[in-house]
Amino acid sequence: MNIIGKRYLYFGISLLVIVPGLLALAIWGLPLGIDFTGGSLLDVKFEAGKAPQPAQVIQIYHQFSVGDPQVQSAAGDAMLIRSKQISEETKSNVISEMEKLSGGKVETVRFESVGPSVAKEVGSQAMLAVAIAALGILLYISFAFRGVPHAYRFGTAAIMAMIHDICVVVGTEALLGHFLGWEADAMFLTALLTVIGFSVHDTIVVFDRIRENSNIHRRLPFETVVNHSIVQTLDRSINTQLTVMFTLLSLALFGGVTIRHFVIILLIGVFSGTYSSIFNASPILVVWENREWRYWFRGNWKKPGTVLSSN
Amino acid sequence: MSQRNYVTLILILLLTAVTIFFVLPSNPTIPIINRSLSTHLGLDLQGGLQVLLEVDLPENQPVTAQQMQDAIQVLNERANGLGVSEVTFQTAGNRRILGEFPGLTNTQEVIAVLRQTGVLEFVDLGSTQLPEGTKIKTDYAQGSSTGQSTSPTAAPTATAQASPTPSASATPAASGTTYHTVMTGADLVASKISVQTNTLGNYEVAFTLTDKGKEIFKNYTTANVGKYLAIVLDKTVISAPVIKNPITDGSGVIEGGFTQQTANNLAVQLRYGSLPIPLKVAESSAVGATLGQDSVRKSEMAGLIGLTVVILFMALYYRLPGVLADLALVLYALITFALYRLIPVTLTLPGIAGFILSIGVAVDANILIFERLKEELRAGRTLRQAIDLGWKRAWPSIRDSNISTLITCTILFIFGSTFGASMVKGFALTLALGVLISLFTAIIVTRTFLHTVLDNLKIAEHPSWFGV
Repeated sequence: MNIIGKRYLYFGISLLVIVPGLLALAIWGLPLGIDFTGGSLLDVKFEAGKAPQPAQVIQIYHQFSVGDPQVQSAAGDAMLIRSKQISEETKSNVISEMEKLSGGKVETVRFESVGPSVAKEVGSQAMLAVAIAALGILLYISFAFRGVPHAYRFGTAAIMAMIHDICVVVGTEALLGHFLGWEADAMFLTALLTVIGFSVHDTIVVFDRIRENSNIHRRLPFETVVNHSIVQTLDRSINTQLTVMFTLLSLALFGGVTIRHFVIILLIGVFSGTYSSIFNASPILVVWENREWRYWFRGNWKKPGTVLSSN
Repeated sequence: MSQRNYVTLILILLLTAVTIFFVLPSNPTIPIINRSLSTHLGLDLQGGLQVLLEVDLPENQPVTAQQMQDAIQVLNERANGLGVSEVTFQTAGNRRILGEFPGLTNTQEVIAVLRQTGVLEFVDLGSTQLPEGTKIKTDYAQGSSTGQSTSPTAAPTATAQASPTPSASATPAASGTTYHTVMTGADLVASKISVQTNTLGNYEVAFTLTDKGKEIFKNYTTANVGKYLAIVLDKTVISAPVIKNPITDGSGVIEGGFTQQTANNLAVQLRYGSLPIPLKVAESSAVGATLGQDSVRKSEMAGLIGLTVVILFMALYYRLPGVLADLALVLYALITFALYRLIPVTLTLPGIAGFILSIGVAVDANILIFERLKEELRAGRTLRQAIDLGWKRAWPSIRDSNISTLITCTILFIFGSTFGASMVKGFALTLALGVLISLFTAIIVTRTFLHTVLDNLKIAEHPSWFGV
């Protein structure tokens, strides 16, 4: 199996996913959830025993194009709904739908605007923390791979794969935000952190094989060693990926509606994490080893494989 | 090797017994050290107590949005300082703050501490001594501290409000007299407030003054030796010692018949400053999970289905070692859950995400080893050699990938604690715990199980049992 030989194809596939997402992010931005923005709080009381399920109330809000409300049942057949800022009119519509659904009177206990429950800065501060963590990982990998030449390249490539995964997740969220009305809330931030953890973990396993093989096969070209290492770890990469996917798919299919966005973002991110460690991180090492960028903008640029065999 | 293997096996079985004991809901405390065990679920999964705090000022007195924000900041810091995790505060309307506390136990006392304004004053009593608990009036008006910093016009309003308030009827000693406030808690260095015990074993709160406070205190105590100085919290006397000597070094202690708990509460209030506005509890009620009970129930079921598929997959794909890895995975889940109950960790959706990821990590370590083992078997090694080599060769990648994950966890945890982002902190903590436990179960436990089976079942020594 020749994965390294087709590396530019795989880089292209990554770009095909990332570029639209980043464009969406640049044009429409990332719609923030009520955790970060605040919104309306509606506190209602149903007739005894007639309170509907939270999922049904979420449906009502969706009817009026109000995305992702947070519904809490409270003692005494009451229900608390946090949503984006809604008008008095929307509120009355929601109440009458609730009355239809429950088949009884619905009393408004409280209707007011609420502030954010998570400070907006948490998002940007989390990204700063991730940046510092990336630096720590870079230093650690450079240390752990000190036996092989250019150890820092491994660290850098791992971080590049991580940035790839962040771009995929944030870009996808921006696209889904625009077209399906998804909002980036505190759960999205958690999903992003999880993906980052998974991404680096996955990449290092492949790198470790390269480290081992380049000590055994010193005479083989670097490209061959890298390709061989990817193929050797392929079973493991796919199986680990599968086990995580089983759990997440089950949550997406059978889990509650309120965590579905979270789980889908995780699925996309975990898939991207495995993809980038096989098809991006290791090929980047080869591109770097051959300093292939020297040929990128030349008219007579041939397929990377042929350029290399003449070396 | 074999002897050592059995010792390890016995230790693992003992550990399993202990964790099962911890996990059973019928065991709420650990005997001997008497530590309570309980599962803490966050607001998103279980709900809790919702408390509506209202600004305790007359309707006509304006409250700025900034004051509300500052109040939320202080409330958050106090909650963190008290070790109550996963509390959320948000403004509701212009004059109210909605607080939600996970679970329903012990929240009343916490709320009492949180809503206390926490204004500490050092009050000049002259030659009168007042007993502890006396409510007094001082010339330092409540709310004026922010009045000075935000707008000059706010200060007089606040003073005007504070003065006509009649003092509580239970305090005849205080009626009529307004005492002079020498300085306030604002002159304390926040980082140097601590709880300690004195030589008699009583709890006290030690403090250090800022340079400005040190100067004021020095001048005042020098001029008033033999007089009484009251330490007053929210207009209530905590203690009223006599000034024996001038205090010039700018440090001191507050005594007042504290328990460890009350001393700690006071320290938390002093450390994070006073609330810019007084708050009262307008109402409180039990609320359900923010994710919706129906959704949480479904997701629990779905999580179980997912784990079952993972267990089946491991058993079918890797055969004998797969089954043993599954056993190790069950032990992993038991230990993790026992630790959650012991520490305790408040489980929220982010925490569970960390847990799911760590299950992936635990399984990954075994997959790495087993793939290696199969490679060595295919290369024609004997089973024993293959097992030893499989573990040995898989180790560097397991080590490096897990250390990287731990680096991420450490930084996220520090960040989460520093900025009060409890969500990020919870995720980092559960993931780090998971990684550490999985290293133990996936490597040591699985290997011990495998050796035990091979020692006792000769028939198991066939490559087909290993999926080759």
